[in-house]
Amino acid sequence: MREITLSQAVNEAIAEEMRRDPTVFLLGEDVAEAGTPFKVLSGLVEEFGTERVIDTPIAEPGFMGIAVGAAMTGARPIVDLMFGDFIFLIMDQLCNQAAKIHYMSGGKLNVPLVLRTNMGATRRSAAQHSQSLQALVAHIPGLKVAMPSSAYEAKGLMKTAIRDNNPVVIFEDKLMYQDKAPVPEEEYLIPFGEAHIKREGSDITLIATSSMVQVAEKAAAILSKEGIEAEVIDPRTIVPLDEATLIQSVKKTSRAIVIDEGHQSYGITSEIASRLNEKAFYHLDTPVVRMGAMDVPIPFSPALEDITVPTPDRVIEMACKLCSGEMIHAA
Amino acid sequence: MAKTKTNTEDYLRMYRQMMRIRTFEDTANQLYLSAKMPGLTHMYSGEEAVAVGICEALTDDDRITSTHRGHGHCVAKGANFKEMFCELLGKEEGYCRGKGGSMHIADQSHGNLGANAIVGGSMGIATGSALRAKLLGQDDVTVCFFGDGATAQGLLYEVMNMAALWNLPVIYACENNGYSEYTKTEEIAAGSITARAEAFGIEAFKVDGQDVLAVNELTQKLVARCRKGEGPFFIELETYRYHGHHVGDINREYYRSKDEEKDWKENRDPIIRFRGYLVSEGIATEDEIEAMNAEIEKDASEAVAYAEAAKYPDVSEVDMHVYAD
Ligand SMILES: Cc1ncc(C[n+]2csc(CCOP(=O)(O)OP(=O)(O)O)c2C)c(N)n1
Ligand SMILES: [Mg+2]
Repeated sequence: MREITLSQAVNEAIAEEMRRDPTVFLLGEDVAEAGTPFKVLSGLVEEFGTERVIDTPIAEPGFMGIAVGAAMTGARPIVDLMFGDFIFLIMDQLCNQAAKIHYMSGGKLNVPLVLRTNMGATRRSAAQHSQSLQALVAHIPGLKVAMPSSAYEAKGLMKTAIRDNNPVVIFEDKLMYQDKAPVPEEEYLIPFGEAHIKREGSDITLIATSSMVQVAEKAAAILSKEGIEAEVIDPRTIVPLDEATLIQSVKKTSRAIVIDEGHQSYGITSEIASRLNEKAFYHLDTPVVRMGAMDVPIPFSPALEDITVPTPDRVIEMACKLCSGEMIHAA
Repeated sequence: MAKTKTNTEDYLRMYRQMMRIRTFEDTANQLYLSAKMPGLTHMYSGEEAVAVGICEALTDDDRITSTHRGHGHCVAKGANFKEMFCELLGKEEGYCRGKGGSMHIADQSHGNLGANAIVGGSMGIATGSALRAKLLGQDDVTVCFFGDGATAQGLLYEVMNMAALWNLPVIYACENNGYSEYTKTEEIAAGSITARAEAFGIEAFKVDGQDVLAVNELTQKLVARCRKGEGPFFIELETYRYHGHHVGDINREYYRSKDEEKDWKENRDPIIRFRGYLVSEGIATEDEIEAMNAEIEKDASEAVAYAEAAKYPDVSEVDMHVYAD
């Protein structure tokens, strides 16, 4: 199968959906000629014109609100938010408006929009350009949240998101834009709420999102050499969450580490760990462990930044502890 | 050049500060090109007369808020090269102990409340600083630097309204360099920028941002009026950035022409213009200026060498400063 980058995968998904549905349009800062700073959208304005690929001023709450209004009245906007950190600027439009309109209207109004943005640290971009804020959005009922872990997922999830009748937020990992993966040429969609078992194993389950899937896979490969078979699962969407697949795996392995790049406290990892504790308690041999970003603003200095995020080494260390029974009495 | 009755020392200091900014940026760009600097940075080169003209009208007690393109403001407000380069390289002796980097340098000792990586992010902060001055009966003034692109942020209009209602000692300084990232200003700004301030009853001025004396003369007047309770004010400074949006933005012909860049660099450069003026007015000789340039160059290379050899913060610092004591 051909291999393309995550960036190309997103671009293809959007182009295909724009060809298929004339109500789909894009808006955001420097999305047209510049094709975004990460060059993800290059070429789209040439095909679809500036009517459907719209450069906006630096007015995030404004263009987010405009997208909500357009979505409520028959269009399917894709909003490009240059950095995930800017979600804080659009919170009202996203969480008070987009997320609640379908419910508040008793199901009469829909808000079919996609907010595509990014996450991920270790780019030396400091505290306001490095956050992974998926938990904030996932907390709000009415929003769906997708977190692609490779080009394959990025394309399939984006197409599903565009066709979904709800506001969907997609977080792409900034460091993964140039990573290649096999992506079929024929059309495919990835349904929301279906986790993907990336690697089977019987000793421990590593549940990882987006950037952390690679970390979990690297850890699993090394653990295998040491005789520990880790099962790696990528939930692919956080909302909806494929609880059944996660629980089934943990019932088999009886141990789990949940890894996500958002801050560890009150985060995605906490939510998944609680669900496992509630629903697989009698099958667990050890506490479910969370591994997220350290609870600090992301520091600029490489010497500090690199220790704020989970790494394969730290996952391996934790997995070994759990498998040797060391954690049983730790709490 | 606009005329001001200031003394020779002030003129020489303005030249020196502009040259220090240019030299700092050239050195930082070299660090990037030689892969010694973590991440990206936004060069202030070409806009020196804006920061210097304004900051030379301020004292250390006056505050500024800065932007992602903030090295110029930082130097102009009095910062040292050593601590700045240490910060750019993420070292412990940097202004922010390596935690902030290029886009977050703050220099408390000179009233620089910090650069900001959120476009428009400092508009509330600057206005709040001015409210504090009024409430506490202090006579300092706050200058809020931001770009033309940042005028699209709604926050600006919320805080200008309050600043005008409450007569706050704040000067909104819009550095109009013609672009926000890869987009021309006319494509993102409807109507007139100064008229927006005027709609709130704020006196607004447009000035040639490549003319350090014009900028300085206007700012001196406005600062004096702010201290008397006549603020706020708004200045739009017409200027140009020589480099790309950031150091990695090399191929930029798809959004602006080489001819346009050449024209600004050759015909409107704030440093060349002011240097010519100093020489023709007999304020400095070419030799004296060359000696000053050489001294600045030396200062920069020593500071970089120091920063390169300096140590990174200890890993134990990672969770320090999340909360104040
Ligand atoms: C809220 C927000 N939106 C977008 C960005 C990305 N961004 C960084 S600088 C910039 C352009 C700013 O233009 P301008 O205000 O004119 O300043 P200049 O870079 O020209 O100095 C943009 C869009 C950001 N940092 N913050
Ligand atoms: Mg600008």
